Amino acid sequence: MAKPEGVVAKPGSSKEYKTGSWRTEKPVFKQDKCTDCRICVMVCPDGVIFGSDKKYYADLDYCKGCGICVEECPVDDIEMVVEVR
Amino acid sequence: MKKPEITESLLAPGHKACAGCGEALAARIIMDAAGPDIIVTAATGCLEVFSTLYPQSAWKMPWIHSLFENSSAVAAGIEVALKALGRENEAKVIAQGGDGATADIGVGCLSGMFERGHDVLYICYDNEAYMNTGIQRSGLTPFEASTTTSPSGEISWGNKTDKKPMPEIAAAHKIPYVATATVGYIKDLEKKVKKALSIKGPKYLQVHCPCPLGWAHDPSLTIKVAKMAVQTGLIPIFEMENEKITSVRKIAKKQPVEEYLKLQARFRHLFKKIGGEEEIKRIQQIADNNIKKYGLM
Amino acid sequence: MKKIIEGSMAVAEAIRVCRPHVISAYPITPQTHIVENLSQFVADGKLKSEFVNVESEFGAASVVLGASATGARTFSCTTSQGLLLMLEVLYNIAGLRFPVVIVVANRAVSAPINIWCDHQDAVTARDTGWIQLWAEDNQEVYDMCLQAYRIGENPEVSLPVMVNFDGFILTHAFEPVELIEQKDADKFLPPYKPVQYLTTKNPLTFGLLVDPEYYTETRYRLQKAMEDSKKVIEDVAFEFKKKFGRYSGGLVEKYRLDDAETAVISMGSVTGTIKDVVDNFRDEGKNVGVLKIRTLRPFPKEAIYSALKDVKNIIVMEKSISLGLEGVLSTEIKGCFYGKENQPKISGFIVGLGGRDISKDSVRKTILKAEKELVEAEFVDLKYELIGGKLL
Repeated sequence: MAKPEGVVAKPGSSKEYKTGSWRTEKPVFKQDKCTDCRICVMVCPDGVIFGSDKKYYADLDYCKGCGICVEECPVDDIEMVVEVR
Repeated sequence: MKKPEITESLLAPGHKACAGCGEALAARIIMDAAGPDIIVTAATGCLEVFSTLYPQSAWKMPWIHSLFENSSAVAAGIEVALKALGRENEAKVIAQGGDGATADIGVGCLSGMFERGHDVLYICYDNEAYMNTGIQRSGLTPFEASTTTSPSGEISWGNKTDKKPMPEIAAAHKIPYVATATVGYIKDLEKKVKKALSIKGPKYLQVHCPCPLGWAHDPSLTIKVAKMAVQTGLIPIFEMENEKITSVRKIAKKQPVEEYLKLQARFRHLFKKIGGEEEIKRIQQIADNNIKKYGLM
Repeated sequence: MKKIIEGSMAVAEAIRVCRPHVISAYPITPQTHIVENLSQFVADGKLKSEFVNVESEFGAASVVLGASATGARTFSCTTSQGLLLMLEVLYNIAGLRFPVVIVVANRAVSAPINIWCDHQDAVTARDTGWIQLWAEDNQEVYDMCLQAYRIGENPEVSLPVMVNFDGFILTHAFEPVELIEQKDADKFLPPYKPVQYLTTKNPLTFGLLVDPEYYTETRYRLQKAMEDSKKVIEDVAFEFKKKFGRYSGGLVEKYRLDDAETAVISMGSVTGTIKDVVDNFRDEGKNVGVLKIRTLRPFPKEAIYSALKDVKNIIVMEKSISLGLEGVLSTEIKGCFYGKENQPKISGFIVGLGGRDISKDSVRKTILKAEKELVEAEFVDLKYELIGGKLL
């Protein structure tokens, strides 16, 4: 008898796929003027900016390099840098 | 000292949404505001495609996609099943669809779900065209946007109609809560999701989500574009409870519609072709009418 | 307990003792009495189900899909245009492996619109991945409803089941039906225990996008599950017989086939008329029998071959047609004999479309004709005066 295996997937298993390879530029957190407003954390479409206490970082395994965090940082404390791979 | 925050979203990374995707951002914000005790449905479309390429899924809650037009009906089935099985306290039910799934092909099932009074929050991710299939116009494509099936051309200014008034259509079903929101104002979006889920019965939340690919704007500008849509008056942000408008987001500093249109190549023809100024005036009229109708200023 | 009840009430009574958690349906002639009776049961507290009145059959199928995905036992019911409107969802339910049960009160499809019986609706849905059971009378449809849940909910099967019976001819006919007590039904049909369902306890994702790398295998699994369900369909029918004394399911029914030279194949209520004709032939000393198809999908080709391998003439009488070819069943019966020795002559007749009665006399003449010559896709009882006086 064939097992009734419906097509299902485990929760959050998308993490097996690393979207970081799509990127040509990466965000660099200068940690200079940061005010802990956490807007960068909030606006990341992929939810991959983490941190606290004025120290934030993007998980570069997944960051697609869209640059929204740079655009929305109210104190210009993040910049996009061309990545050489 | 605050603990370093490493809590991950209920919409996990690794999904295949384009860089700067407004819909992915909205979905993440909504799930985290609503979860984790939720059961979620989705219509066919970008959201489903980018998040569930077998054998992987970005969703961390029980989640199902069936077809293009039945997200709301499947959610209704889930809601009644939870009731019938005595599991109604296990989870709240959320249905999702894009603008085409909501306002066009799925509007019949959606109306049925509203009319029957299911305890379901319906989210319409409005990116103003069928993006998954390659930017064809939908019932929520704005006036004179160029899409692949409403292209601008020698004798055309693009899409000939304005957005179908889905929030008002939803509210006319006498459902307890209808709201519009945008990824431009995330705190407001979070607040509305939480409020909606605190109310029993059918709820409708339409979220304006810029699409860098379909609207042809720089991916980094997703939030700027979304905010500008609100500040021109083209996208009114409001709540309706029991058919009456109960709150509106006031425009802080009114912007002419050009400021919004010029950020996006889907409106480029309005600035290039002779006579475009007249057409932009017509779009300004739509914004001004919204400002008057909803009391945005 | 035997009661004389309408066919629609027989279905409602059967579904009542199956205790579905969620019922969703949209009214359409001649299915309406079934949903009316079920609604009344719910209104009277005789059936504890959530009854969801929907805006269309598409919505009904989608609601039961969602409910079944959540682990509920579900029921819907439709016919004709309603079934066609459900079609997209039917494929989806089967692909998702949810054991939804629906009853179809078989009816012709439009255009021209016609509300009376033939089998075109469900035959059109034969490739959806649903198990299809076909009843001849109201006792059979009653019994098949209980068996349908047992078959579909078997974790090795996990497939939806469609129970078919003739619109008006059976839905509106009063016949004596042996009803099963709730406690006995509960013993035969225990509560549904889904293998995978929507729950926060195990938050799985259902309905994923499957690319060319994986899609073929999902269809292979479905095909294998359908093939393997034949055994379960027969086992459930035997178990039902052991408990209730009637073998009313299974794959096929053989009627007076021993030593038969000619066999007539049919589905649904017309089989009763054909059996009467066969009885007359037998009285006259002619060796004629009947093979009734109870399960159209999975198609019981082994059972058909083994039942008919010694006959000379096979006559298929069916109430639907694959336009541009012949009756679907005719083609499929021919397939049962491909590559075998002793090929019988297989003739196909289209009968009883859009509710037209077929008389014993017509059945008799049809059988006699097919014994003499090979006939393909012949419309029985054509009125020549309506088509210009002669065959087109």
